Amino acid sequence: MKSANQADSGEDAIKTSGLTKRFNSTVTAVDSLNLEIKKGEVFGLLGPNGAGKTTLISMLCTLLHPTSGTATVAGLDIRSEPSKVRKEIGIVFQEPSVDDLLTGRENLDLHGMLYKMKPEDRKKRIAEMLALVELTDRADDLVRTYSGGMRRRLEIARGLMHRPKILFLDEPTLGLDPASREHIWAHIKRLSEEYGTTMVLTTHYMEEADRLCSRIGIIDKGKLVVIGTAGELKEKVGQDIVRLRGEVDLGKLRKLKFVKKAKMDKEGMVDVTMTNAAKNLQTLLDACGKLTSVQVREVTLNDVFLHYTGRDIHREEEEEGEGSWADRVMQWSGQRG
Amino acid sequence: MVEFDAIYAIWLREAKVYIREKERVIASIVSPLLWLFVFSAGVGGTVTVGETGYQAFVFPGILAMSILFVSFFYGLYIIWDRKLDFLKEVLVAPASRSSIFLGKAFGGMTDAMVQALVLLAVGAVFIMPLGPLQVIYLIPVLLLTSFSTASMGLFMGAKMRSQEGFALVSNLVMWPMFFFSGALFPLENLPGYLKDISLIDPITYAVDAIRVVLLGSGAFPLYYDVGVLCVFAAITGGMGLLAFGDLQQAK
Repeated sequence: MKSANQADSGEDAIKTSGLTKRFNSTVTAVDSLNLEIKKGEVFGLLGPNGAGKTTLISMLCTLLHPTSGTATVAGLDIRSEPSKVRKEIGIVFQEPSVDDLLTGRENLDLHGMLYKMKPEDRKKRIAEMLALVELTDRADDLVRTYSGGMRRRLEIARGLMHRPKILFLDEPTLGLDPASREHIWAHIKRLSEEYGTTMVLTTHYMEEADRLCSRIGIIDKGKLVVIGTAGELKEKVGQDIVRLRGEVDLGKLRKLKFVKKAKMDKEGMVDVTMTNAAKNLQTLLDACGKLTSVQVREVTLNDVFLHYTGRDIHREEEEEGEGSWADRVMQWSGQRG
Repeated sequence: MVEFDAIYAIWLREAKVYIREKERVIASIVSPLLWLFVFSAGVGGTVTVGETGYQAFVFPGILAMSILFVSFFYGLYIIWDRKLDFLKEVLVAPASRSSIFLGKAFGGMTDAMVQALVLLAVGAVFIMPLGPLQVIYLIPVLLLTSFSTASMGLFMGAKMRSQEGFALVSNLVMWPMFFFSGALFPLENLPGYLKDISLIDPITYAVDAIRVVLLGSGAFPLYYDVGVLCVFAAITGGMGLLAFGDLQQAK
C-alpha cells in the first residue's frame, strides 16, 4: 500500500481516495470518489448539473475541505499540504473571476504577485501569455470592455501564467458563442501540446469532451459512473444506432446477439443500439417486418451520457412511452432514490 | 505567515478598484459632508456645547463615524466578491490567508482614510484651523480606528453569506456604536445607564481621541483612548484573521 502510493505519485497528477463531501447531513455532493488522472492528460469530467463536478474541483483546489477521504494533487495531499498544492495548480473558473475594473495586464500582474513571481519574470511571462491567448493589443484596456470569450481567454492566460503542473478548467466555454468556443478549444489543445500541462476540465458540452479530452469520467450523484477514452465509452454503449419505422417486434430484436438495446419512442420510431451496423444491418432488417424508414448513425458521447446518467437505461420504462415530463421525473427519481 | 508581496498585491487591487469606481468615492464623501454642513450646522443653530460651538464639537464625531461606516461596510465587498467568484482567485493563490486578510484590511483603511482626509481638509477650511502637529497625531488614531472597524467588517463579511444579512447585522452593530460613542453629544451630561453603555463602546475612545487632538480636551487622556483602541484593534484583527483562515468557497 505505501509503496504503491509512492509509485503512483510519480505517474498520477491527481489521485483521490474515498473523497467525500457532504453539505449538512443530507446532501452528498461527492460520494467516496476514487479517481486517478495521469500526468499530461486532458481529462474531462462530465455530469449533469448538480452531479458534484464543481464540488470535486473545489476540493482538489483546496477551496473546500472534504468531509472524509482525501486526494493527492501533484503528489501533495490536499488536506495536509493545501498551500503547497496551491502553488502547483492553476484554475479557470466557471464564473468570470477576473477583475473587470482592472486591465488585462493588471489582472495578470496581480496574479504574478500573488504567486510570488519576480517583477522581471512577471513582465516576461505576461507578454508571453498575452500573445498566447491573442490579447496583446487589448492588454491595457479595462476587462469591463472585453467580450465573454476574451475574458475567458484572459482567465486561461492567468491560470497558466505561473506554469502550474495541473490546470483545472471548470466549464471553460459555458455561455460562449460557437466561434469563441472553437477559439478556446484551439487554445486548450495547443497548451496541452506545447506545455504538456495536465488539464482537468468539467463540461456538459459533449462535443467539447469529445474534441479535447484524452479520457473522460462521467460522474452522477457524486459517484464516478464510468471512465475511459471517448472511443471506449462509446463502444461500451454500442457502436451504432439504427432508427426504424414500420412493423417491428421489439422482443424479437432484443434476442439478436449484436443488439444492445431497443426501444420505441412516442412517435413509434424504434431506436436500436447495436454493434457493427456495417456487418449486422441486414440481419437486423431481416428480423423486422415491413419498414418505411431506416436511419443509421454512430453512437455519440451524448448517447453514452444519457445511457450512464440513468435516463435511458431501463428498457421497461421506455416501452411505456414517454408520458408527461413530470411522470418521467417521478419515475427517474424513483429509480435513483 | 505574512508575505509583503501578497499584501501589497491585494491592497493595490483594492486601491485601484476604489479609485476607478467613481460612484463609491463620491458617495463616501457626500454623506459625511451632509452630516457636517446640514446636521451639525442645523443643530448647532439651537444648541451650544462648550466654548467651541456645536459644529466644532461634532466634527470629530463625524470623522469617526465616516471611518466606522466606510471601513465596516467595506466588509460587504467580501460577500459580493464571493458571489461573483472574484475571491476564489485570491483564495486559491499560494498566499497565506493572513496576508489576504491584511491586504483587504489595508484596502478598507485606504477607503476610509481617503474620506477622512477629505473631511479634514474641508474641516480645516470651514470649521476649525488645523496645525501640522494635530494632523501628525491624528493620523495614527484614524488608522487604528479604521483598522479595527475594517477588521470587524471583514470578519462579518467572511462569516455571513448574504448581503441582506450583512446589512441587517451591520445596522444593528454600527448605529449603536455610533450613537453611544458620544459623537453627537458630550458624555458628561448623559444619564447613568447611557454613560455605562458608552464606556464599553470602543468608538467612544476613537471619538474622544480625535476630540483631544483637535479641540485640546476630551473625557479621557489621549494615552488612555489610544490604549483602548489598540486593544480593540488587536481583538478585531484577531477575529478577522481567524475568520479568513477558515474561509471557504460559497458553494
